[in-house]
Amino acid sequence: MRPVDETPKPRHRPVKGTRIPMRENDPLERIASFTEVGLGYDAAEAHTEAMRCLQCAKPPCVDGCPVHIDIKGFIGKIIEGDECAGVEVLKTRNALPAACGRVCPQEEQCEASCVLQRTGQPIAIGRLERYLGDFDLARVPAERCRPEIAPASGKRVAVVGSGPAGLACAGELAMRGHGVTVFESLHVPGGVLVYGIPEFRLPKALVQAEIDMLAEIGVRIVTDAVVGTTYTIDDLLTAEGFDAAFIGSGAGLPIFSGIPGENLNGVYSSNEFLTRVNLMRAYEFPRSDTPVWRGRTVAVVGGGNVAMDAARTALRLGAAHVMLVYRRAEEEMPARHEEVHHARQEGVEFVMLCSPQEVLGRDGFVTGMRVTRMELGEPDESGRRAPMCVIGSEFDLECDTVIMALGTRANPLLAKAAPDLELDKRGYIVTDADGATNLPGVYAGGDIVTGSATVIRAMGAGKDAARAMDAWLRRS
Amino acid sequence: MFEVLATRQLSDAVFEMKVAAPAVAAKAHAGQFFILRVDAEGERVPFTFSDWSAEEGWIRFIFMRVGLTTHKLTHLAAGDFLADVAGPLGVPSHAGGLGRVAVVGGGVGAAVAYPVARAMCAAGDEVTVILGARNAELLILEDEFRALPLKDLVVMTDDGSAGRHGLVTAPLKELCETGAIDHAMAIGPAIMMKFCAATTKEFAVPTVVSLNPIMVDGTGMCGACRVSVGGEMKFGCVDGPDFDGHLVDFEELMSRQRVYVDDERVADAEFSKGCSCGL
Repeated sequence: MRPVDETPKPRHRPVKGTRIPMRENDPLERIASFTEVGLGYDAAEAHTEAMRCLQCAKPPCVDGCPVHIDIKGFIGKIIEGDECAGVEVLKTRNALPAACGRVCPQEEQCEASCVLQRTGQPIAIGRLERYLGDFDLARVPAERCRPEIAPASGKRVAVVGSGPAGLACAGELAMRGHGVTVFESLHVPGGVLVYGIPEFRLPKALVQAEIDMLAEIGVRIVTDAVVGTTYTIDDLLTAEGFDAAFIGSGAGLPIFSGIPGENLNGVYSSNEFLTRVNLMRAYEFPRSDTPVWRGRTVAVVGGGNVAMDAARTALRLGAAHVMLVYRRAEEEMPARHEEVHHARQEGVEFVMLCSPQEVLGRDGFVTGMRVTRMELGEPDESGRRAPMCVIGSEFDLECDTVIMALGTRANPLLAKAAPDLELDKRGYIVTDADGATNLPGVYAGGDIVTGSATVIRAMGAGKDAARAMDAWLRRS
Repeated sequence: MFEVLATRQLSDAVFEMKVAAPAVAAKAHAGQFFILRVDAEGERVPFTFSDWSAEEGWIRFIFMRVGLTTHKLTHLAAGDFLADVAGPLGVPSHAGGLGRVAVVGGGVGAAVAYPVARAMCAAGDEVTVILGARNAELLILEDEFRALPLKDLVVMTDDGSAGRHGLVTAPLKELCETGAIDHAMAIGPAIMMKFCAATTKEFAVPTVVSLNPIMVDGTGMCGACRVSVGGEMKFGCVDGPDFDGHLVDFEELMSRQRVYVDDERVADAEFSKGCSCGL
């Protein structure tokens, strides 16, 4: 930690104004490649945006953040022009700021709680977080911000899964002095950050750089380790000698719709499509070895962020026409506004209030999709108006690729290898508020507990569990 | 990185590779598979174990050179490294309590049939192995099978160059007709498994097949390996690879196996440009 600065600071006077927009690559140019869409703030833009911050005495934005980042604190440092100190503030709560600044739904979290939200111009907290995250990663590794590490506790923790929950948990435990080993089933760490979220939204080099920082503070990462088969939870706690384990294995299994024709060639789960393209870099095929079916006309089924990612990825693979087929109305899509906006800008056609009935095919390959029109009835338990089929309204969409982006369910692989672990009826792990499972020393968090959620919620769960595990380890 | 310990060419296009992978070998069971990537650009490709040693920490598999990954594999020798090996994956094959079993191994499928037959023998089942290949040259592991305490070993070749002349379904049908088997297991090309299952169905002999759909992660995450079994969608990687042969939609499986045929040709041709192995 740096010495406390005793000189009184000049009082901050907020500057009125509208949010500083973030520069973006041109929509028509950017769909020709996988380069990042948003360009981020430069120092002047970041400073101007930060100057709008009221620096509230009791900042509500912090309560809006699942990991309670000291938002006022890091923005204050940008105002002072001390980015290094800003990074330090940020990193005490969040080990992956460059990633979170890009993919968190700030408009529902910190920015929704900003006092300036009333004016329709909340502080662009996400962009400022990204600015500091990128500032840190632009420095040579030796100069990057390193959190303070507590003296070694002598305890060892196994973290299962290297997605947002696992990485956040690992980082927090390492800072608290524990020896941490992360087990990842794929060949690259990062979980959904590398297999799911596309390069044009979250560059993989950046994820790797943030993970490298965890390695710097002593976190060991073992890839190609499928916990559930290569090691059971019991193996980790006995033969492998770990004192505790955190399970952040993610939800995993893709949901299909169950309509006829879903096993035709050219039908993908969004998981498979995005994994082929992101993790396996199929967009570089044949320079990389993994192919992906490059459709000319693509129908993506779903209305979430993953559906937007799949649609925009299909465009970048060269599709001439990409449709987004959703059974409710556009306002009800769960995707972030920014993602919807970007998808529309890039030319994705929104086919709303339509529900797939059958995937049509010839000789084993997709030729189209039969859909039925829907109309909205009374609100259902989710508060959204329930879509109902309009009888006799079926029509066919012509397409050669269908991507099902319908969410995920619990992967049974790990639980099969830990038969005593308590699961709910849908197969998700049951934990208490601290993330503790029914097995002593075994904690869990992220999508394998809550079902599909966001990167930052999973990180929050990983961090909370790490604090509880720290206390448990020190007691035992 | 996973060190290649030994390689062996079994025929023109069939190779065997032994790789150091102690954590995988420690948990391997008959009928399970693993995923490998040859190098940093490599595709994730599943292979089923032909053998392993938990004590010595190695796994072995047999492959036919058919595309880019298997072509790259033929270039590796002892002392080289595979980028990734992950597993074991899938549900182990059932052994024990099956009574009289016919295990059919066709082509490279014989490599998978070997540990399965061995496990069944060890579990007290009475095992007849039917080993099939296009010709004598492509027949593999005959000596290994002969070393097992089998009830019988029947060798079949399409051209009669070894054993009996004909398809594996002929002796399988005879076993069914004489009521000599209670169960059957078929491992090989999808078309062979389809006809084996059709053969035993007539006699209501329960038959398990070991499917080999295309996979990416191999842990249930992507759904590439989905197969229709009795009208239900199953994932080859986590629900299989073994399924009830009488319920599998083989036409769909074979169609899905062909989806990237053109891409595979492109990738292999690209790689072969800089390669002089002549394979």
